Amino acid sequence: MSDKIETLTDATFDEHVKSSDVPVLVDFWAEWCGPCKMISPILEEIAQEQAGKIRIGKLNIDDNLDVTRRFDVMSIPTLILFKDGEPRVRLIGAKPKGQLLEEISAYL
Amino acid sequence: MPERRKVVVVGSGPAGLTAALYAARAQLSPLVIEGEPSSTSDQPGGQLMLTTDVENYPGFVDGITGPDLMGIMRAQALRFEAELRSGKVSRLDLSASPFGVWVGDAGADDPTLHADALIVATGARSLMLGVPNEDRLLGYGVSTCATCDGFFYREQHIAVAGGGDSAMEEALFLTRFASKVTVVHRRKELRASKIMQERAFANPKIEFAWNSVVTEILGDTKVSGLQLQDTVTGEERQLGVTGLFVAIGHIPNSALLEGQVDLEANGYVKTFEGTTRTSVDGVFACGDVQDHYYRQAITSAGSGCMAAIDAERWLEARGE
Repeated sequence: MSDKIETLTDATFDEHVKSSDVPVLVDFWAEWCGPCKMISPILEEIAQEQAGKIRIGKLNIDDNLDVTRRFDVMSIPTLILFKDGEPRVRLIGAKPKGQLLEEISAYL
Repeated sequence: MPERRKVVVVGSGPAGLTAALYAARAQLSPLVIEGEPSSTSDQPGGQLMLTTDVENYPGFVDGITGPDLMGIMRAQALRFEAELRSGKVSRLDLSASPFGVWVGDAGADDPTLHADALIVATGARSLMLGVPNEDRLLGYGVSTCATCDGFFYREQHIAVAGGGDSAMEEALFLTRFASKVTVVHRRKELRASKIMQERAFANPKIEFAWNSVVTEILGDTKVSGLQLQDTVTGEERQLGVTGLFVAIGHIPNSALLEGQVDLEANGYVKTFEGTTRTSVDGVFACGDVQDHYYRQAITSAGSGCMAAIDAERWLEARGE
């Protein structure tokens, strides 16, 4: 994983998301989730290309049930875009890069 | 200028990848447009990417997971230098060979590719119930993939709609997580294979709501229950579940061919019996998009092989 994508945990989640001055896109994923792995390289690319405009964080749902439940994540991958600490956009399921960017473009 | 190819394969499930493997070994330099990342069956690898254990694919005595099996097929096609390209075919022009294939933007004037021979292996996708709130609650308690989403229903009472092998497989898989699984089926008998039926009946966590159809999915921000109707008495009742897995069947992904190639009334591509030839010379269909009857990974792979051979002989006959 590149240094551009941050690992989030139940303990560090709030701090990371609330303290960010740019929107944070959180990727809820698990090791056993095929589609999650499929979008991983896409998120890496976006993190590189949009550095400074958006931050991307990954939260492993197996290890971090609190945050997972708090946001009612019931299907993975789920991507939630947070702005000013609040969830603004929720994307469920793997998507191609173009579509992902389109969905979050208003916040970039 | 459109890229010209001898053979283009649309779809990368067992049918598409086997067609690519055979076409590659026949030195036809096939190009597979494999689909794009998604959480449904239109992703590269097809429907098997959504399953866990595949126990009935011959050659794998201990079984193998769907994604692993597709990984192996992919590697095998690549070994013989088939080209696999990420992308979704959005439009086809089958008026004459070379056929026009649009990858991505269907509105572009020129196609992305010109294919001398085209092998369609676009497969099938899950049928949805088409009841109120199904779309809205997809991902919030409504799912079409037990292996993807089962995890989130630990210790909960959930439902599976369907009566075939897929429904039984999903229900059995879900008993790993759920406290109870209710199979909702519109008739009094399942159409699943005997062995799957037996397993489901023997599982203490699985119960059956016979002669029942879902008329509405209930819930505000997530699924809280189902409105069921008895198909015999007409009586309505509610079932309190926090998840619904839809496994009622599949429909073929043949929209790209509508109006250009003969289709059956149910959407499956018509092929000349015993071959993969369609009503258009040079267009071959294999796998679930043309098979309504068998629909197994192995029969799809088999028809993929047939498609490659049919395409090869067709090209040879034209002197290519």
